[in-house]
Amino acid sequence: MTADIAAILAIDGIATGAIYALVAIGTVLIFTVTRVIFIPFGDIAAFTALTLAALDAKQLPGTVGLVVVLACMACVMEVTSLVRAGDLRSVPKAVFGYLVLPLIVVGIVWLTMRFSPPMPVRIVLALLLIMPVAPLLDRIVFRPIADASVLLLLTVSVALHFALVGLGLLFFGPEGVRTEPLTSLGIEIAGVQVPGQTVLILLAALIFSGLLLLFFDFTLLGKALRATAFNRTGARLMGIRPARAGTIAYLLGSLMAGVSGILIAPVNTIFYDSGFLIGLKAFVGAIIGGIVSYPGAALGAFGVGILESFASFQSSTLKDVIVFSLLIPVLLWRSLASQHSEEEVEE
Amino acid sequence: MTQMLSIENVSVSYGKVEAVRNVSLSVEQGQIVTVIGPNGAGKTTLLMAAIGLLRSTGRMIFQGADLSKVDVEGRVERGLCLVPEKRELFADMSVADNLLLGTYSLRDRSATRKCLDDVFDRFPRLRERSKQAAGTLSGGERQMLALGRALMAKPKLLVLDEPSLGLAPLIVREIFRTIASLRSLGVSVLLVEQNARAALETADYGYVLETGEITQSGPADTLIHDPKLIAAYLGGH
Repeated sequence: MTADIAAILAIDGIATGAIYALVAIGTVLIFTVTRVIFIPFGDIAAFTALTLAALDAKQLPGTVGLVVVLACMACVMEVTSLVRAGDLRSVPKAVFGYLVLPLIVVGIVWLTMRFSPPMPVRIVLALLLIMPVAPLLDRIVFRPIADASVLLLLTVSVALHFALVGLGLLFFGPEGVRTEPLTSLGIEIAGVQVPGQTVLILLAALIFSGLLLLFFDFTLLGKALRATAFNRTGARLMGIRPARAGTIAYLLGSLMAGVSGILIAPVNTIFYDSGFLIGLKAFVGAIIGGIVSYPGAALGAFGVGILESFASFQSSTLKDVIVFSLLIPVLLWRSLASQHSEEEVEE
Repeated sequence: MTQMLSIENVSVSYGKVEAVRNVSLSVEQGQIVTVIGPNGAGKTTLLMAAIGLLRSTGRMIFQGADLSKVDVEGRVERGLCLVPEKRELFADMSVADNLLLGTYSLRDRSATRKCLDDVFDRFPRLRERSKQAAGTLSGGERQMLALGRALMAKPKLLVLDEPSLGLAPLIVREIFRTIASLRSLGVSVLLVEQNARAALETADYGYVLETGEITQSGPADTLIHDPKLIAAYLGGH
């Protein structure tokens, strides 16, 4: 391996790592606020890519059907539980939040599509359309078992991923897609050609993680999310509803996953089941970072990306094996180095 | 006087064990009411039920409205705020952020700045440490922060669980002075304490809770001279 090749591999790895980092940050966000390790995050990323491809081809994306079905289910569940609790006054609000709002989003996409909008608008539409999916899944799947153990939540989360892969096949079909590149420009840094797409990926990762940081530090809602992550009871005593904090975490996380899906779609061919590997590698990155730290997760994800890039140069068939084998020493090191706090023991 | 909180025949059970049995008490507007009693009498359990963290039977009326279908967050929005025994601070966040989160339940946050200044005036130590993480504070400062955070929510009834627990005598006095001064703000207080003397000296009315039941009640200045209570909780001078 020459220095040139190493540089190209490193740049490629950083770009892949940036995509994993966006998903990993979303994973950490959702885990800390809701205690759910949301495995289907990769699927959200893949579905965004498939949505954008459908919009590019002037077809109605399968996401529309998915959102409508999920919205109806979530609405029925919420209204049923409200009626059972005798809280009829909250029903209109629930119908609006769980049914009308997602349908408005679908309506906007459907209307805008008729005017064959330009690329940036299509990207926004794809992101808009994917954002309700995770919060609705949260209402349908995780809300009823919100007090369960982390392990049970994780098991359900894995099951949900498989269900989503099936739904993905149903709504998007078996064909793989690759969207048109966002830019064809390239720049040269120290003699190495860097594709514009790579620069764009890095920039997007930096901008979105920076925005998230600002949101956490400077808005009351962001602080409320952090408070829920640190201390649930304390947050409830401030009037912060964990369920609502969860919904906001899912929305923000979906945005991160969606952006990563849009960035990866011109680079890799995405199928309905491509999300699993993206999600899993982001998860590995998050684990390396200790699953509760944002910078840790981002660094871990970059590490995974770079390792994957060099591994695929050595042996492209074994690259996933190499990446996932990395998890074993990291987990060993983590379990030996970590001190179990009292709260973890209670779990 | 109008009634702030009225608890009627409330019972709380942990499985088959009834920790609180048929307790009735009431807090009038602007009044400081204390519940004293030994360890394990069910004082904390009663407060957890009042804020909605534990399920209970019986009736609770807050400012004329039935609370049975109102969740914890809804009670906080109505102005019923609990400062729990464990404080439940956000340890990794700064003192200022902890205080700001107190305003989360308010619809109108235009007075946040002034409210923050009021809390800082009340507890100057918190102003000095406003940028520090809450987890680095001493026990007394934590209690001040927990109280301050609750005051940021502009509570109508402040429910305090063992505010003096584990604190140095000097700080206990400061905390009780603060509680007494809430009268002038029109905030009612329901105070649970093991430090019976300090509690009765501060309060207007007192209840004695023993093994889950109210055994005695009356104006605080009567209870404090009650020979039976002196023998059991108050001790000699």
